[in-house]
Amino acid sequence: MTALRQEPLAEEWARQRVRRRTSVLARLRSKPVAAFLMCLPLLVLIVGLIIYPFFYSIYLAMLNKRETQVVWLDNFRFLLTMDTFWLVVRTSFLFTFTAVFFKALLGFILALVINTLPTRGQRVWRGVSLVPWVMPLALSTLGWWWIFEPTHSALNWILVELGFAPKSWLADPFWARFSIILVNVWYGTPFFMIMYLAGLKSIPLELFDSASIDGAGPFQRLRFITLPMLKNIIAITMLFSTIVTFANFDIVRVLTRGGPRNETHLFGTFSFRLGIESGDVPLGAAVALVMFPILAVSAFFILRGVRRSVV
Amino acid sequence: MAQVVLKDLNKKFDEVYAVKDVNLHIRDKEFMVLVGPSGCGKSTTLRMVAGLEEITSGEVHIGERLVNDLPPKDRDIAMVFQNYALYPHMTVYDNMAFGLKMRKFPKPEIETRVREAATLLGIQELLKRKPRQLSGGQRQRVAVGRAIVRHPQVFLFDEPLSNLDAKLRVQMRVELKRLHDRLETTVIYVTHDQVEAMTLGDRVVVMKDGLVQQVGEPMELYSKPRNKFVAGFIGSPAMNFIETTISDASGALYAETAGLRVRVPAERTSRLAPYKGQAVTLGIRPEDLQEATGGDPQDLVFEALVEVVEPLGSEILLDTKVGTQTIVARVDPTVSTKHHQKIRLAFVPDRIHFFDNKTEQAIA
Amino acid sequence: MIRSIKTRRQAVLVVCYGVIAVFMVFFLFPPYWMALTSFKTNQEIESLKGIPFLIQQGATLKHYQDLFTKTDFLIYLKNTAIITTLVTILSLVISVLAAYSLSRLGFIGAGILGTGVFLTYLVPDTLLFIPFFKIIGWLGLLNSKWSLLLVFPTAIVPFCTWILIGYFASIPRELDEAALVDGANHLQMLLRIFLPVAVPGLVAATMFAFTISWAGFLYPMAFIFSNEEQLLTVGTVTTLIKGDVYHWGGLMAGALLACLPPVLLYAFLMDYYISGLTSGSTKA
Repeated sequence: MTALRQEPLAEEWARQRVRRRTSVLARLRSKPVAAFLMCLPLLVLIVGLIIYPFFYSIYLAMLNKRETQVVWLDNFRFLLTMDTFWLVVRTSFLFTFTAVFFKALLGFILALVINTLPTRGQRVWRGVSLVPWVMPLALSTLGWWWIFEPTHSALNWILVELGFAPKSWLADPFWARFSIILVNVWYGTPFFMIMYLAGLKSIPLELFDSASIDGAGPFQRLRFITLPMLKNIIAITMLFSTIVTFANFDIVRVLTRGGPRNETHLFGTFSFRLGIESGDVPLGAAVALVMFPILAVSAFFILRGVRRSVV
Repeated sequence: MAQVVLKDLNKKFDEVYAVKDVNLHIRDKEFMVLVGPSGCGKSTTLRMVAGLEEITSGEVHIGERLVNDLPPKDRDIAMVFQNYALYPHMTVYDNMAFGLKMRKFPKPEIETRVREAATLLGIQELLKRKPRQLSGGQRQRVAVGRAIVRHPQVFLFDEPLSNLDAKLRVQMRVELKRLHDRLETTVIYVTHDQVEAMTLGDRVVVMKDGLVQQVGEPMELYSKPRNKFVAGFIGSPAMNFIETTISDASGALYAETAGLRVRVPAERTSRLAPYKGQAVTLGIRPEDLQEATGGDPQDLVFEALVEVVEPLGSEILLDTKVGTQTIVARVDPTVSTKHHQKIRLAFVPDRIHFFDNKTEQAIA
Repeated sequence: MIRSIKTRRQAVLVVCYGVIAVFMVFFLFPPYWMALTSFKTNQEIESLKGIPFLIQQGATLKHYQDLFTKTDFLIYLKNTAIITTLVTILSLVISVLAAYSLSRLGFIGAGILGTGVFLTYLVPDTLLFIPFFKIIGWLGLLNSKWSLLLVFPTAIVPFCTWILIGYFASIPRELDEAALVDGANHLQMLLRIFLPVAVPGLVAATMFAFTISWAGFLYPMAFIFSNEEQLLTVGTVTTLIKGDVYHWGGLMAGALLACLPPVLLYAFLMDYYISGLTSGSTKA
């Protein structure tokens, strides 16, 4: 507080007496007030552009299609009777859990492998591995779209060369789902690798030495040292990725637009289809809101995990 | 003229007093050390003098000025921090010049002062380096250099040596003392190390729980501790405290406990008389116990069982047991004894301290 | 015995490099394939003969030429550049102020706000784009790129603030205090000591702001319909596809070029990006 004040020196010397004035000006200069003012833009942003839209979206979801009348939970009730909605729920969960599982598994393997290499090369491998994560997802998915193209492109050429029948990747429900998961795994594995690698680097080497002396082999060290030490970071990364994956939009939008026959719609793309493209804003808002409980639960556990890792 | 006067200084953090009613008069050119265990309020006091901590109530005067509401930059002080707080993105030269640049000194003047300080500290070769290229001792010197180029009225040191290894710490201690003699500036120095406090300070302030326990010259604190805390804090190994009861026999007072009975020196009897029949704590420094050779005309000798012998070369530390109490004695290297042996020890009578068990104040 | 440890270590390394090679093919094949296609002639792309993983009939820059001369690519590029620059500056100013305040000064409720920042950075764009659509409609900003100045920071500011809080907290407080004692006022201390020391954190935050804004897809998709206002991502994905025949060469050229700025930025400042990424998601 004293540091923020800038009263003229001479005046201060002349005064010579303790007089703690609390004029409006002095209060403005005081530390807590300055601190609050500096946070104000952030606060306005959070309240005006996140909290308010969130509640507004709840209100929207309770309107009829023309937004003239409050119909309470009718939109949600309607969704529950809708086969497509249940398909979206199934696809979303399948997509999220499969993708997160493989990202975690592959990311962990890659992190372990990179960590085993000589230190000099690690930086390069780590750097190159992150390329999929750095490319704008919509654009790299466009690349994948072309890779999946059935007649002229790469994937089917390889299949044919290996003696298999070519597949219509994005037209067949099973392979379409496989494709969106594959692209998500491609995009997200680097993030897991980076997180796990940072975790691995933070384990004190003496632990491994001590375990070796105690007679632990490589797999026992993995089981009893590495995994327990990384437990928290593994959990946080998976939960974090669960949110991002669950709410994904770009991949499905570019690759399949929800097709074939809505088999690959996720909450995000379905909500976009209903709310923006079909003009049923309330129903679109309702679909997006269905995501909220899942996101909230994940966020709660992330917060708990983060707090714990700090303590 | 730069005395520092603290009047009724208080600092409250969330309803807890970190510093309570501190009154200190630090004289011009004095080397004043604030010492105490962590959390005793010594650093908070220093930071209030620096202007880094808001004052809850009370006054801080530097020189003739009341500085309560002055920002640090206008207090004409310099400070050396425990972790040095060197600016990592600047060279040693720029680190030292920063304070002068902020005060708009002309370039040649800055140059002269930095070179002067660098020479004084023996870091001329390091001026172009960045802090991360320096060793701990070198960083320490740069931090001191950054403070002295400013020629401030008061130097503030916040545990400046505690990040150094033991050998370097002793060396820097001597250098700081020499520097103070040369610069003739007021210094306020905070440390938790009582050896540092005793060796560096013209006067020492012992603090505990935000309260000043005693202010005095080092030897005064050592020989006349005002209370049990100061007595135990100053001196190493620490003073022995023995729970005794005061009794009265054949015209003299005795302090006794199982296995030990010591006559209270005649000049102390009047102050101790009111405690007759009550428990008091007897304090005796390990160096004030000697091996007894002859008889015991003054009732100052007791028999102790040696448990551990620590030969240090110039002296021997004996951990002994008397009844249920442990007593440490520091004896001549010529004393030959082994553990599990008995030894007769004698009090140096005028070095015995007594403390009231309730107030913990010295009875003297 | 020594030899056996050495050979075992070598065997492990061989396996590791094998695994890395598989991963690298997986990770780098899409950009490679995109680049390859963009340099192929249309005849070669259409041709079913030969090995598709090489350019066998001569490379061409025609797709890139067409991109700049026959499409709206430059308009998209300009729009994206403007929006990304402004969003980055805006977000960084808000984040730096808030992060400095939250990590250094503190006021009643600062802790709650810190948690709030963390939670808002977990809010995905698909949750709120519908109310945003309505709000932007009220403001008359539908089909205007300026609407993005409003919505992009909602994703970026919480994240950058969070990273910066962590970074600022790692700068020893004594550094500020030393500057204040040395005679700097608060502003001088911020500009000459604090922010220079915080540069790595600021670089990381700037990179995130830039990358997130550059890659934004859902918001421009939902709020912008006309080519004049469209951004690079959506423009490339939607309007470069014309008619029934996909111009794969041109499409890949556009996608690749649009990817370039974030990738280049990353290539030069990788370490900042990675440290920001790992600290942003774990540290409090």
